[in-house]
Amino acid sequence: MNRLALSDDILMSVDKPARYIGNEWNMVKKDPAAADIRFAMCFPDVYEIGMSHLGIQILYDMFNKREDVYCERVYSPWPDLHAIMKERQIPLFALESQDPVKDFDFLGITLQYEMCYTNVLQILDLAQIPLMAQERGEEDPIVIGGGPCVYNPEPVADFFDLFYIGEGETSYDALFELYKQCRREGCSRAQFLRRSASVPGIYVPSLYDVSYQADGTIAAMTPKYEDVPATVTKQVQMDMSAAVYPEKPLVPFIKATQDRVVLEIQRGCIRGCRFCQAGMIYRPTREKDVEVLKHYACEMLKNTGHEEISLSSLSSSDYSKLEELVTYLIDNFRDKGVNISLPSLRIDAFSLDVMSKVQDIRKSSLTFAPEAGSQRLRDVINKGLTEEVILNGAGMAFEGGWNKVKLYFMLGLPTETEEDMRAIAELANEIAVRYYEIPKEARNGKCQITISTSFFVPKPFTPFQWARMYDKDSYLGRAKVVNDAVKEQLNRKSIKYNWHEADVTVLEGILARGDRRLSKALLKVYEKGGIFDAWTEFFDNSRWEEAFQECGIDTDFYTMRERSLDEVFPWDFIDAGVSRKFLEREWQRAREEQVTPNCRTMCQGCGAAVFQGGVCFEDKN
Amino acid sequence: MKIRIRFRKFGVMKFVGHLDMMRYFQKVMRRAEIDIAYSEGFSPHQIMSFAAPLGVGLTSDGEYLDIEVHSTPSSRQALQQMNDAMVEGVEVMSYRRLPDNAKTAMSIVAAADYRVSYQEACDCPFSFSELKEKLHVFYDEAEQIPVTKKTKKGEKTMDLKQLIYDLKAVEDEGRISYKMKVSTGSVDNVKPELVLEAFYAFLGLDLPDQRLQIHRMDVYGTALDGSVISLEEMGEDIA
Repeated sequence: MNRLALSDDILMSVDKPARYIGNEWNMVKKDPAAADIRFAMCFPDVYEIGMSHLGIQILYDMFNKREDVYCERVYSPWPDLHAIMKERQIPLFALESQDPVKDFDFLGITLQYEMCYTNVLQILDLAQIPLMAQERGEEDPIVIGGGPCVYNPEPVADFFDLFYIGEGETSYDALFELYKQCRREGCSRAQFLRRSASVPGIYVPSLYDVSYQADGTIAAMTPKYEDVPATVTKQVQMDMSAAVYPEKPLVPFIKATQDRVVLEIQRGCIRGCRFCQAGMIYRPTREKDVEVLKHYACEMLKNTGHEEISLSSLSSSDYSKLEELVTYLIDNFRDKGVNISLPSLRIDAFSLDVMSKVQDIRKSSLTFAPEAGSQRLRDVINKGLTEEVILNGAGMAFEGGWNKVKLYFMLGLPTETEEDMRAIAELANEIAVRYYEIPKEARNGKCQITISTSFFVPKPFTPFQWARMYDKDSYLGRAKVVNDAVKEQLNRKSIKYNWHEADVTVLEGILARGDRRLSKALLKVYEKGGIFDAWTEFFDNSRWEEAFQECGIDTDFYTMRERSLDEVFPWDFIDAGVSRKFLEREWQRAREEQVTPNCRTMCQGCGAAVFQGGVCFEDKN
Repeated sequence: MKIRIRFRKFGVMKFVGHLDMMRYFQKVMRRAEIDIAYSEGFSPHQIMSFAAPLGVGLTSDGEYLDIEVHSTPSSRQALQQMNDAMVEGVEVMSYRRLPDNAKTAMSIVAAADYRVSYQEACDCPFSFSELKEKLHVFYDEAEQIPVTKKTKKGEKTMDLKQLIYDLKAVEDEGRISYKMKVSTGSVDNVKPELVLEAFYAFLGLDLPDQRLQIHRMDVYGTALDGSVISLEEMGEDIA
């Protein structure tokens, strides 16, 4: 039996000790001494969140299929354990072997959202690894970052030795081979980092100089050496059907956010919503073969014992064999007590039919994400959902017995007017009107419409990367307009409105499009005790305000400015396939309220065809 | 058909709580392809119940769950299938068929055996012979052992003398432990910690609860004829 890194006393004194013991079903056990490379894979948030992340399960499986690599997992210790580990100087450990992370060859950290950046520092600190990459020595692990936030890694560039830009399936083998070769040749840490800059998709932040103009924008970002590439190309797994996928995913003891089999049916999205980063950086859209998916579904359910399977993609309705796949799952698993969950489905006759088979209509709710209240603003953001489609879908659902609707919107979108805000409440009211058109005896009591709004944060590699943001008061003012408008509606008693806090939005905006000068502020926030900033109960905006002030950082520079078309962005060194020309064209069309057709309807020449596959080449073989 | 399963919980699994163990076993049933029965409705659940929850931090050789199945392999085969689907730290020890009129283990639990050991010999404030002597005065010679127990509704006074069926100190290779049989179940549930707390209060000492390892050895239930026997003995192996 495994020894544990933490004593019984400690484990009995913290919340949910099972977070720290490993030993889950399908955990990979290897002899650490027999592995050439020890890799600690970290999701910098609490266990239950981190364990739910598909990307880590894929890489865990892929790395451990190599005999020479032992990949283990690390999550953020909850604040109760954090305090104990700091006080007693207990080094952060990996779950599998319970060995200290500082003794590993690599520490990989996935960056899924900006508010986890302070947790990255927590991980490094507890692991007893120097926070600044330049202070690390030969004995320290190579710290490598990945995930969607690395499409602008600059705010955390000083804390990482390497970043992997793009999908992990393609370049890690080359990086591991290089690492082994460097070790055989007795290379130093610096030599390895220099040579890894030539591995496709690998970005070595210490090998670039950044200069700034008088107005604070970037003048240039230049490689320090000739053999370091000026542009890093994002990595894409083109053949999705042949890609590795974990047939034996880990099964946690404590209930994770995703306590189910997750079947990725495709990657990318054809829709081209202008606010959506995922819709741009995962281009081109690539489907998995339906027979491959059926096989995975069977194997994964058998190997985990999960009682639910969920299809994962950015827009499931666009998967061409969805009907075949869903019918197969229902026919084969429904009577074995397996639930089938279908997020991100367009509401239409097919999806309602499927949902009526797999859910309890009285309890479940319909979800629409119009994102903007008015048709004008929906055209600006290129969300091709019309009021007619929403009302038809809701109508069909109401007649089928549903009476709960959830609506998701964003406030603070470019060009937004008060009229657009009020339209959110009006749309909700129209949906309620549609419900009460059904004769009293044929409907199911009152309807419940829940509106949720978040505040829009412009992201790199989207057509809105040039857009300005607003300050906290302006955001809350927008929410108030919606709230007041809801109260004016005839069916206000059937409508509930929730909105998000605005402090975090502003911070996300600073970090999403920030540059290297932000790292010192992040350090200060951490020094002031900032961890788990993604959690409302631990987030404290005053720490951030103080840190920015002490570092002399004017945050308005990052949020309140509309960027000029020729501004050099911190992320310009990344080639994401989607060209800046295309994004610029889309930014222009947005302001002209012009809708752009999706990838299947008409190719827009975004640049992703350079990857030679996916939707760009459908029907062309 | 009703099945009673006995299992062991040891090692790092002592940190996995009762509700998570229930979820764990639900997944084990599927992995082991046990033909378990489900309830009706839109979200069917497995027909499964546990005898007596085991607290976090405790190990056990006598945990029980009852399930209903449509069909079953032999006990030997079922044990093999389940243990192949098990993590280290949980082991199914028996899989037995219950009479059709059997009540669930949960509803008939009456007593449990525990062994409470000091982590280190030096954690015990007395020599073994002194301890035996003190325990004799505390338990055997007492007519009443009144304790107040905090409950959801407030405080409840009970007499431990009536609810501790056996209590003694044992020494095994220099390791000092208490062995006890106590009332268990929904009416008069006595946790071993409560017994030790009362004993330490009697000694005028603070209980070093982090230095004690509590191990449940077996759980007993009231059989149809009124006798109190191990829950395992109520079932029969399937050939």
